[in-house]
Amino acid sequence: MAALISEIVYRGIFQKNLAARIARGIVFSARKSGRWGIAFGRYGDSPQRNGIPAKDFAIVADSKEELEQNMARFEPKHTDVTIVLDDTLAKGVESWAWYGLQPINRLTVPNGTVLMTSVQSFEELLKDIHKKDAPYTLALLRAKASFSGLWVHKEDHTEARVLGALAKIAPSFLTLDAVCAAVKEMEWGSDLKAESAKKAHGRLETRGVKMTEGNAEIPYSFQMPKWWEMREGVTIPAIPVGKPKEAGKGYVPERNPYFKKFTTRTMRPVIDFDTCVKCTLCWIQCPDSCFDVMPDGTYDANMEACCGCGVCEAVCPVENCITMVNEALFDDNASQWEAWRKDKDAYKAWMQRTVGDTKATVRSHGFRFRGQYQEELAKNFEDGGVELTAGIPGENAQHKIL
Amino acid sequence: MAVATKAAPAAGEEKELLISGSEAVAEALTLADLDVVTAYPIRPYDTVMQAIAKKISNGQLVAEFIVAEGEHSQFEIVKHASTVGARVFCGSSGVGWMYAMECLVVTPPLRVPMVALVGNRALDDPGAFGVEHNDALVVRDLGWMLCWVDTAQEALDTTLIAYRVAEDRRVLLPLALSADGGFLTHSQALTLVPPKAKVDQFLPRYDRGELLLHPDNPITVAPQANEDWVIEIRRQNNEAMGRAATVIEEAYADFRRVFGRGPDNPWFEEYMTDDAEIVLVGMGTISLPIKVAIREMRAKGKKVGMARLRWFRPFPTERLVALLSKTQAVGIIDRDYSFGSPFGSGVVANEIRAAMYNADRRPPLLSFICGLGGREVTLEDVYKATEMCYGAAKSGKSDTKTHWLGVRE
Repeated sequence: MAALISEIVYRGIFQKNLAARIARGIVFSARKSGRWGIAFGRYGDSPQRNGIPAKDFAIVADSKEELEQNMARFEPKHTDVTIVLDDTLAKGVESWAWYGLQPINRLTVPNGTVLMTSVQSFEELLKDIHKKDAPYTLALLRAKASFSGLWVHKEDHTEARVLGALAKIAPSFLTLDAVCAAVKEMEWGSDLKAESAKKAHGRLETRGVKMTEGNAEIPYSFQMPKWWEMREGVTIPAIPVGKPKEAGKGYVPERNPYFKKFTTRTMRPVIDFDTCVKCTLCWIQCPDSCFDVMPDGTYDANMEACCGCGVCEAVCPVENCITMVNEALFDDNASQWEAWRKDKDAYKAWMQRTVGDTKATVRSHGFRFRGQYQEELAKNFEDGGVELTAGIPGENAQHKIL
Repeated sequence: MAVATKAAPAAGEEKELLISGSEAVAEALTLADLDVVTAYPIRPYDTVMQAIAKKISNGQLVAEFIVAEGEHSQFEIVKHASTVGARVFCGSSGVGWMYAMECLVVTPPLRVPMVALVGNRALDDPGAFGVEHNDALVVRDLGWMLCWVDTAQEALDTTLIAYRVAEDRRVLLPLALSADGGFLTHSQALTLVPPKAKVDQFLPRYDRGELLLHPDNPITVAPQANEDWVIEIRRQNNEAMGRAATVIEEAYADFRRVFGRGPDNPWFEEYMTDDAEIVLVGMGTISLPIKVAIREMRAKGKKVGMARLRWFRPFPTERLVALLSKTQAVGIIDRDYSFGSPFGSGVVANEIRAAMYNADRRPPLLSFICGLGGREVTLEDVYKATEMCYGAAKSGKSDTKTHWLGVRE
C-alpha cells in the first residue's frame, strides 16, 4: 500500500495549462499500472492573476481507500515530489491569502525530491532555496521556465519532459513506458512528445541536499488569530500612512506587513537613477504602489512590494532608464537607490553589467515584440525540433520595442 | 389631501393617536431620531415609507430620505450609512425583500444594526398582497433577528426596543420587524405615543466604536477572505446572536421601567396558559382570532391557551419548551409553508419540534397551516385545530400529518 503525492508549483496564468497537463499526466501514467488518482488545483489560489504562485496536485495510490485519505483537501500536508516549473519560485512562495512565505521545499518529505526546470547551477539555486530540517534531493531538468497564457499553451514539450523525469524519480509508480504510453494518448500528446519524455528521463540531473545547505533566512510568517481575537464585522485596520524617507524628504508608504506579494515576481526593474527625469509616471502607474520616493525626487522600486509586472518599464519615457531583468539573477531584496547613493560608479558598473547581459535580461514572461512567438518556434525547428526542448532561445533585449 | 399625523409632544405627556401599524412604526422612528431611511415602494411596506416621508416633510423628523431604484440598492445604501454611524431604517415586502437578498445576506456579518420593517406579503406567484410569513423567514438562518408584532402599539414599542437591541455593542445585528400585511399595516388603532424625553432615557445614541468607518478610524470593511477566515467570522456572528438573548431581556426590563408598560416575557405572549391543557402557537395577528376562540372555548370549560411568538430569532427555546412540555397537546398554526420539509409542516412547527426533542416530557404536537395569502383565520379554524389537539391528547400520539385549515375542499 502506497501513495505518491506530488505538488506542482507554477506561475498563475503563464503556467496554468502546463501545470494542469502535468497533474493529469501523472494520474493517467499511474493508471497504466492500475493505480487510482486525483488531480486538483489549490482552490484558494487565484491562478488567473499574472505570475502569482499557485499549486496543482496529483495524488496516485494503490487503492481507492488510500486515495480517499488525500481527498477533499485544499493542500496535502506533505508531498513526495515537489515539481517547480519556474526557478524563481525557489525563493519561496506566498499564497493569495496570509500565510507568510512558504519555502519551496516546505511540504517535501524527508528524502523526497524537488524537481525544477532551470538553467541555473545547483549552487546558484541553493542560495535561494531555504534550508530544510531534513535532507532531500534536488533534481534539475535543464530548461527555461515555460510560460504561455491562460488560453494558450506553449508547445515546448515541458509537460512531457517533466513526466519523463518523474518516471526516473518515482519508477515504482510511473514507469517510463507508462509515461510514454500516457503521453501518446493525451489529447495534447504525440510520438515526438514521448521521445521528449524519454530524453528528459535520461538527462535528469540530481544532487542530494544536506540539512546544512540552503538559504539560512528565516521566512516571514503570519500567526492566524483565534476567532475571538479577530476584529468583528469583517473589518481590518487600515495600513497607516507613510513617512518621509529621511530628514523630512521623500516618502515611504507603510505597507501590509503580512502580505508582501513579491514572490509573484519573475523579473524586476533595474533603475538608472542618473538618467531618471523624476516624471512620476512609474510611481503613479505601478499597480502595487511599490515605488518609494527618495529624498532627491527619484523613485526606488521597493523589492518587498514589487510584483514584477513591468508596467514601470513600459511607461518610463527615458530610454533604458528602467529595464526588467530576470529575477533569478538576484539573491536579495536590497534597495537599488541605497546602493547607488553609496557608490555611484560601482552601481553604474553593476547596472550596465546586469542590463547588458542578454541572458539575464531575458524576460521570463510575455513577449516584447509582435511575431516573437512565431520566431521562437521557427528557430526551435531549425535547431532540430525536440533537441531544443532544453530551452527556447530568442527572447532578448535587442528586440525591445515599447 | 393628506393629513399628517400629529407630532409627538415635546416632553412629559403621552399622546393617544389613531394610527396604523405602519404609522406607529413611523412614530417610533421619529422618536428614535432616525438619520437615514431608504425607500422603494411595494405594498404593504410602502405605508411606512409614506408615513416617514410625511414626518420629514412636516418638519417633525430631520433625516435623509433616499428613494432607491430598487430594493437591492435600498438595503445596500442603509448598510453603508450604518457603517459610518447613522441610525438607519429600511423595509420591504414579499418579493421586494427577495430582490434585496444579496444585501440581506451581507448585513449580519458586517454587524450592521439595520432595523427593517417587513410588511409580510405572499411571495409571487400569484401576485397577491395578503400576508404570509415566508418572506421574512427566508433570512432566518443568516444572523437577522426576527420578531413579529400583532398590534400598532406593539409595533411602536418594539421598534424602539429593536434599535436598543440591534445597536447594542454586544449584538450589532440587523433586525427585521414583521407586521402582517393588511391586518396590521393598513388598520388604524388607538395607540399611545410616548414623549421624546422618555425615549431618550431608554434609547442611547448609536455607537459603533472601533467598527465605525470614518477617516479618524481608518479600517477596511468586507475584504475578500478564504477558507482560513470564514468559519471564525461565522463563529463571531453566532456569538453575537447568542448574546442578543441577554440584551433583549435587559431591553424589555428597561422598557417596562421607563414607560410603565410592556410584557414580562419578551419572547412570547402567553394567553391563559397557566392551567392550559392545550396550547396553540402562532405568530402575528393570528393571535386575535385565537384569543377570541379561546374565550369562547373557556366558556364551555375547555382549558385552552395561546403562546404567540414575538421573537423567532433568537428563538426562545428553553422558555417555550418549559411551557409546552407542561401541556396535554400543542397545536402550531403556521402562516407559512415549507414544502418538502419534515411532515410537510410549516417553519414554526418544524422549529418547535426540533426544540422539543430534548424535552423531558414531549406532549403530542400537531401542525397546521392556515391563513395563507392573507386569508382570514376564522374561529372555526381555531376550534377545529383545538379539537384535533384534544384528540391527540387523548391518544397521546403526535400526528405525523400537517393539517391545512380553511382550504376549499
